[in-house]
Amino acid sequence: MTYNFDFGWLLVYYPQILHGIAITIELIVVAAVVGIAVGICCAWVRALGPAWLKPPVTAYVELIRNTPFLIQLFFIYFGLPPLGLRLSELEAANLAMVVNLGAYSCEIIRAGIQATPKGQFEAGASLAMTPFETFRHVVLVPALQRIWPALSSQVIIVMLGSAVVSQIAAQDLSFATNFIQSRTFRAFEAYFFSTVLYLVLAILLRWVLARLGRIIFPRTVAR
Amino acid sequence: MSDFTIWDIVRNLLLATRWTVVLSLAAFVGGGVLGAILLFLRIGKRRLLRNFVKYYVELFQGTPLLMQLFLAFFGLGLFGIDVPAWVAAGAALTLWTAAFLTEIWRGCVESIARGQWEASSSLAMGYVQQMRHVILPQALRVAIPPTVGFLVQVIKGTAVTSIIGFVELSKAGTEVTNATFEPFTVYGIVALIYFAMCWPLSKASQSLERRLNVAHRNQ
Amino acid sequence: MSLIEINEVRKSFGTNEVLKGITIAIEPGEVVAVIGKSGSGKSTLLRCINGLESIDAGSITVAGAQLRPDEAHLRQLRLKVGMIFQQFNLFPHLTAGANVMLSQTVVKKTPKGEAERIARAMLDRVGLAEKFDAYPDQLSGGQQQRTAIARALAMQPIALLCDEITSALDPELVSEVLAVVRGLAADGMTLVMVTHEMKFARDVCNRVVFMHQGRVHEIGPPDKIFAEPATPELQQFLGVQS
Repeated sequence: MTYNFDFGWLLVYYPQILHGIAITIELIVVAAVVGIAVGICCAWVRALGPAWLKPPVTAYVELIRNTPFLIQLFFIYFGLPPLGLRLSELEAANLAMVVNLGAYSCEIIRAGIQATPKGQFEAGASLAMTPFETFRHVVLVPALQRIWPALSSQVIIVMLGSAVVSQIAAQDLSFATNFIQSRTFRAFEAYFFSTVLYLVLAILLRWVLARLGRIIFPRTVAR
Repeated sequence: MSDFTIWDIVRNLLLATRWTVVLSLAAFVGGGVLGAILLFLRIGKRRLLRNFVKYYVELFQGTPLLMQLFLAFFGLGLFGIDVPAWVAAGAALTLWTAAFLTEIWRGCVESIARGQWEASSSLAMGYVQQMRHVILPQALRVAIPPTVGFLVQVIKGTAVTSIIGFVELSKAGTEVTNATFEPFTVYGIVALIYFAMCWPLSKASQSLERRLNVAHRNQ
Repeated sequence: MSLIEINEVRKSFGTNEVLKGITIAIEPGEVVAVIGKSGSGKSTLLRCINGLESIDAGSITVAGAQLRPDEAHLRQLRLKVGMIFQQFNLFPHLTAGANVMLSQTVVKKTPKGEAERIARAMLDRVGLAEKFDAYPDQLSGGQQQRTAIARALAMQPIALLCDEITSALDPELVSEVLAVVRGLAADGMTLVMVTHEMKFARDVCNRVVFMHQGRVHEIGPPDKIFAEPATPELQQFLGVQS
């Protein structure tokens, strides 16, 4: 094979790459914060909530978990405007990631809630707390702690999956890569380099989430 | 707006679904075989090979599937071969599937091994005998539910291959949309077709898992 | 009118009737021990008084608050009776102090400063003043159970229900918990306790209830129950126990 690798374009195009990285980080931060909040609400419904709310939440969770993220993204970006909901590329990407992570984190958090010892609910009740107060103050934090590693993995999966938002022209890291390879015709180098960047982002994200876990949950709980 | 009936749309999408199914099965079977080989290296005695598989798994789990597809597509091209999209898609998905299955199966083997290793060691069995007669038969049972569950991830993963130009269900969705200008209907139907393939598998995985847990409790 | 009135209470789990018409009246300041074999219904009875189990028939009233299945009635009832559990059930993510403060601030809307003052006083009462900032996993079983008692006391209940509160403890830790309960009894707290500590029941309680197959089989002052058991079932139970 007679191919000369060339990374010289990096000197020219690094602003695009930095911008792409910033967008990818913005996307995952919004998705993680809002998506996990959605997941907590849905998990409460599925584990402890009123019966009439369960079918719609179950439908949402099953529908999202059994369809590709790319199709969810296309549906939101291309499918909703004819109905009058027009979103920018970035808004659509944010919304799709929130919706996606919301469904997955719902199931993870639900498992955490259901692993709560019965005595915790009873102790809350015996102190005259309502079921919701018990959930909010007694059950939720240890439940999140129990499943924090699984939740962290899911956040990373969603971050890596976000590479496809370049398909609706949201200007994330993979969009920057596409742009560069179309200008330089150095496709392999460009994708190789951004693959490495994604790997670094994934490793950093794992580290941040582990750190965050130790800050939010300073004590160990029985699993 | 267009001359396309719903049936036209559905028919076109279902025809393309064949390729989603073929690619999914090919990646699942190919990834399964490669994953099994990697599993034996991962739990084997050779440290170098163990580490090799460990980093292989981390690499494929730590980078976007989309980037893996692009690298396969353009990387194979470096060898001067003009790679058709289906070759790149099949190759990347197989490697990706192998990484995940290896990791899933390793978890199963270790969950069994923890309790059983000492028992079988005390029966004076060798490593291979222990694996063959004690660990693997049990690990296989535990492995079935998450393996079926991962098939759902593979099917959903094939959607990404549309981006490098492989014409399967998602790509067909985009093409039909461009012809009909009815993205809501078309992507809605595409989503339902994926759902129809994935949801039964998800449910099967869950019920297998439940049955396994019941069986374990009765032991 | 008695403080706790239990009237013809019946309770079934599926086809298994565990309470077959229980009637007991408990006066303010009384200390009542409930004894009996496992499966006799004694824990279920205690859990019914706090509304942790619903009842199928009969009535339970504590200082005018009636047991009803709706949220508002349960809240009124539970504000009057505290409960201590066999497994302590402390909240693992909160310090001992925060455990004692939580329901005061959430349920009674007590201001934080006031809740902390009460929490410190209650922890002091159970001999754990210096453990305010300790997490449950840093406490021994006996200390955890005493914290649980402080947590219940902080709600200023009229009566306390104790469900085998020493059964999960190592033998050397039992006495420190019983000493706290003894102190509560001396202060005039109304106590209903399911217990296997026969010596404690004999020393501290005003009345002993012996339950057998879902019924109150014998009831009376400890001297009579322990010294002159009337029925063969109680004789056998005490024989097995001692």
